[in-house]
Amino acid sequence: MSITTFIIISIIKSAAVVGILLTAVAYSVWLERKVSARIQNRWGPTRVGPFGLLQPLADGVKFIFKEDLTQPHVYKPLYIAAPMIALVFAITSISVIPFGNWVEVGPWGTYLQITDLNIGLLVVLGITSMGVYGVALAGWSSNSKYALLGGLRASAQMISYEVSLGLSLVGVVIMAGSLSLREIVDAQGGVFWGFIPRWNIFHGQTLAFFIYMISAYAETNRTPFDLPEAESELVAGYHTEYSAMKFAMFFMAEYANMVTVACLATLLFLGGWHGPIFGPPILQALMPVFWFCLKVFFFMFLYVWVRWTLPRFRYDQLMAFGWKFLLPLAIANIVYTALVVALRAQYPGTF
Amino acid sequence: MLHLILFLFFGTICVAGAVNLLVQSHPINSALSLIVVMASLSAEYLLLGAEFVAAVQVLVYAGAIMVLFLITIMLLNAGKEERTKGSRVATMLGVPGVVIGTVLVAWTLLGRSSTTQSVSIGALWGAPKDIARLLFHDFLLPFEITSVLILIAIMGAVVLASKPEAAARGPRKDG
Repeated sequence: MSITTFIIISIIKSAAVVGILLTAVAYSVWLERKVSARIQNRWGPTRVGPFGLLQPLADGVKFIFKEDLTQPHVYKPLYIAAPMIALVFAITSISVIPFGNWVEVGPWGTYLQITDLNIGLLVVLGITSMGVYGVALAGWSSNSKYALLGGLRASAQMISYEVSLGLSLVGVVIMAGSLSLREIVDAQGGVFWGFIPRWNIFHGQTLAFFIYMISAYAETNRTPFDLPEAESELVAGYHTEYSAMKFAMFFMAEYANMVTVACLATLLFLGGWHGPIFGPPILQALMPVFWFCLKVFFFMFLYVWVRWTLPRFRYDQLMAFGWKFLLPLAIANIVYTALVVALRAQYPGTF
Repeated sequence: MLHLILFLFFGTICVAGAVNLLVQSHPINSALSLIVVMASLSAEYLLLGAEFVAAVQVLVYAGAIMVLFLITIMLLNAGKEERTKGSRVATMLGVPGVVIGTVLVAWTLLGRSSTTQSVSIGALWGAPKDIARLLFHDFLLPFEITSVLILIAIMGAVVLASKPEAAARGPRKDG
């Protein structure tokens, strides 16, 4: 492949992935409003387009045309930079996520992924860990009590749960023997006893899966861990002082982070794009992407479902749960996985 | 060629961030400059082929330690620093010291420039597997001893931070 083709293909892939991600973000907001409405026995958005499907567009237009207020007491450079930092890191983290297998269009073939790195998993974790600056700086630069408290809570919560999140993934890495997301997915192909897929969740990593999901909910500041923006005590937390598009950027960052977390859960625990494949060749080429999207949709739905079902934690409960319960559990999972893998290597066929 | 341009680009950002760290008078701006320094250092590691070290640099330093710095600054609500002229001794010893140090480094590097070579991405081995083998196989004992040392340091910090037991148990006079 010549360097020009490579650059063109890379640009097309990046544009497509960012476009799909932003659309997914817009429609997750729609999904959230629809599902929450049904849970509360309402209809949700119905006026704009069929089933309210054009509501995200209307919201976008509204956000752009609203008055963008900047309070006189804010520290301006960081106040403006904070939403950008949050959004940029939220979108960048999608760059190493693989959506499917090798596809061929005419003479060109490519993996359905912007780029494959052999440290892909660490790159995602590194970029998402930088996202906390957006929230922390927004809280500080707003120069108001609610925002500062929200920012402090968010950053303390995000670093605390990042530890158990990272440790819960070590088991998966030990099983696959690689940090490349593509290789981790490839290691999950095949089935047990003819019908149970060899996904990590059915392959000894069930505990890790639940630790990951709980920590991921805390990482994305979603209920039951939405202390940073607890509306009953902090008004809106770190984005209290933000309006119009700046507020929308935090909103988009939150949903983009949710999509990334859902993608990562799919890749690491639910076998990525693996699933039953049948039918004519064109269908066979599309099925992996379909399975991937279906699993990601499941996680997005779960996010909404949990938000409108569970109440909020108290702050001391949140910290105690993270450090005293999830962290030891995650370490125990690493020890157990490492032990089983080592015993398997020592006595093949016994375990 | 592209490699060299990128290396110089991130090197310049790194040095500019370090200078900005010293020049800024507000602690938050200094902390943010330090993050820029660490992120550009990580890019330099990536260009040298040490992917794992680059990722860990971002994860540990930029992602965790600097967040703690920021939280501390935010909690203390530290204001702007006061500017002082600085001591005369620092000027008299510091400026010649910096000049001598720079000359020494430049002289050493330029004197050996004929024996050095440039490397391309991936030429050096820094894959996670190699590093893991070194840490958990070749240097297992030093590695474990270091982790015990860190554990002792954490315990020391907890002991120092917690109140003495007698004072904690005794009746509070101000209450």
